[in-house]
Amino acid sequence: MLHEPAAQSGKDPAAGYKSRLGLWMFLFYSIFYGGFVAINLAAPLLMEANILMGLNLATVYGFALIIVALIQALIYDSMCHAKEVALADREDAKEGGN
Amino acid sequence: MVIAVFLAFVIFVVGLSFYLGRQTRTSSGYYAAGGQIHWSVNGIAFAGDYLSAASFLGICGMIATMGYDGFLYSIGYLAGWIVALFVVAEPMKRLGKYTFTDAVDSKYNSRGIKLAAAISTLVVSICYLIPQMVGAGVLVEPLLGLAHHWGVILVGVVVITIVATAGMTSTTYVQFLKGGLLIIFSLALVTAVCVRGFDSKPDQGGKVPFYEYATLSAAMTGGQLTVAEPGWQVLEVQEVKSAKASFARLANNGVQTWWLVKGDGSQVSLTETQSVVETKDGRKLINGAPASKENTLRQVGHIEKLEGSTDVPKGPVSPWRLLSAMASKDTVVQRWKDTKLTDKDGSKVTIYYPTSTPGNLLMRPGLKFKVQGTPMEKLDFLSLMLALFFGTAALPHILIRYYTVPSPASARKSTIVAIAGIGTFYILTLFMGLGAMINAVLNPADSNMAAPLLARSFGNLLFAIISAIAFATILGTVAGLIVAASGAVAHDLLDRFFQVRMDDRQKVRAGKISAFTVGAIAIVLGILFKGMNVTFLVGLAFAVAASANLPAILMLLFWKGTTAKGITASIIMGVVSSLVLILLSPDLYKQYGLDPTTAPIPFSNPGIVSIPLSFLTLVLVSLFTRNKPAPEPAKV
Repeated sequence: MLHEPAAQSGKDPAAGYKSRLGLWMFLFYSIFYGGFVAINLAAPLLMEANILMGLNLATVYGFALIIVALIQALIYDSMCHAKEVALADREDAKEGGN
Repeated sequence: MVIAVFLAFVIFVVGLSFYLGRQTRTSSGYYAAGGQIHWSVNGIAFAGDYLSAASFLGICGMIATMGYDGFLYSIGYLAGWIVALFVVAEPMKRLGKYTFTDAVDSKYNSRGIKLAAAISTLVVSICYLIPQMVGAGVLVEPLLGLAHHWGVILVGVVVITIVATAGMTSTTYVQFLKGGLLIIFSLALVTAVCVRGFDSKPDQGGKVPFYEYATLSAAMTGGQLTVAEPGWQVLEVQEVKSAKASFARLANNGVQTWWLVKGDGSQVSLTETQSVVETKDGRKLINGAPASKENTLRQVGHIEKLEGSTDVPKGPVSPWRLLSAMASKDTVVQRWKDTKLTDKDGSKVTIYYPTSTPGNLLMRPGLKFKVQGTPMEKLDFLSLMLALFFGTAALPHILIRYYTVPSPASARKSTIVAIAGIGTFYILTLFMGLGAMINAVLNPADSNMAAPLLARSFGNLLFAIISAIAFATILGTVAGLIVAASGAVAHDLLDRFFQVRMDDRQKVRAGKISAFTVGAIAIVLGILFKGMNVTFLVGLAFAVAASANLPAILMLLFWKGTTAKGITASIIMGVVSSLVLILLSPDLYKQYGLDPTTAPIPFSNPGIVSIPLSFLTLVLVSLFTRNKPAPEPAKV
């Protein structure tokens, strides 16, 4: 009896789409994050290289990992929202048709 | 004024808690704030929960003492939110009710999962609580002039009051307030750092005169050290292998001090250090004189050369310029290390000594995590980055925040607000840490106070505000952790596992009694772990969470073959393996007072072993226990 969510939400027809999209985005970010770890392990001196107006690779890559996370999050939200609206409209249309 | 601002803030937070407490009457209100918090408020509250003492005190302190290696934690902690957003957020919201256990047990109704997940929640919460309480003690010591243990007790009592009065509702609004203020005032502090700019002889805006450490010429003949200048008597010379350095105890005008011996051959130089000596008869000497309020360790850290020049130009710099100048191989920063020895008289001596580090080494990983070291040291780095990445989405006090919003879409949106707030703050940590490193504000005996001490160098008002926010940071995080832990005890164990019959009011009361008990345990542990870097301790909590909880969450969502026994075994394996690896690691051996090189486990971060082990256990046990039809996987 205690398994139900704290706040009930309706059926989510976009759940499958959001799950697949999330996994792809997770995979992309994991590769990006893995690249940072790999460079540090394989060629740590590369991190000293001056690559952007005096900033070294470590600083630029570190900031990029933070900023790309936010950009990906916004893209993900926007795509999920669009799908949710589209599927909700379709459901409404079906119900209207019946 | 500092104390007045600080107390006003704490009284406001507790008052808010009492006010909100009057509205909490049900278990849904206590554990999940009724599931009706707006996603934007919840997002900032997420940031408040997450930006704990580890982030504000620990990361800034580690950057200030170890350079870029501290920033690795910022990167890893933020990257972890990607796992939370893309994989965990919405399914968690759909599956669970109050606790992590609800979610993993949602399709099985297994007593084994209930017990294992509740224990895991308790263990992770307590591991995470320790550094918060250590941070509280560190903060209160200079602020209110109280001893470390009183700081820990003060936080414990205030937090227990907050949690026991209102649960998740007050915790959410305290976190919202604190998260917002932390980001705003960190930005103010970074602005102040850039406006002040560089200085090779920083004097905290004229408040604390810059101290020049002396050097002496000496001769080493036949193992005997002789100081060239008259009046100096050499009492002993000791080589400390772990520090790869030798130190000389000298006497001058009746004052005994310790000096770093530099150079080989017959001509050497001696560099003045700082020391804390605890004599056999119980006296404490700092830099040769009795310890007192006036005689404490001097604050340290400054630039020796900026891009090759000792003539450092003063005046405001852009954030960009700050980072690029610091990364130059011709920039040299004076950092401080410490080592311990026992002198000939049997006194215990801690020596703090300066070391010059070029900017190119400071501004990339390597000073703490030896990415150019042995394979085992590289493994330690890999293990840390793995645990940070996978730990966030497995922290119980973060997971329960998904139950405070009304829908899965709100869970997603609040995670995005959290990423924006947390990401902004983590970028600021690099500037705050570097600011503390070069402005002669660091306490060489404790890196955790870097950010508040940096704020004090700009004036007492900023110090008071930053300290109050840091204190609220700890209050909020501890409150969230205690709600999570009390949920594990009262809801998962008493209500679900032992099936104790309770009405709604009794459930809330059980939660509050559990909160009191967990809070008391946290107070004791916070006192015992005094002195460890708080972000390092949180890193370990992440490793336990990632090992114990994440395999269960991910496999439940994405592998149809997952069984209840597989989840139970995986959680137990994750908790046990990560804890055993941590307890036998070099860093904990150091904490026990043992030689870290004799630790049976050669690395300090367990994730690289315990996370795969937990996954493997889940898969194997699930395969062996699939004789019954497997339940449908959770829809994601």
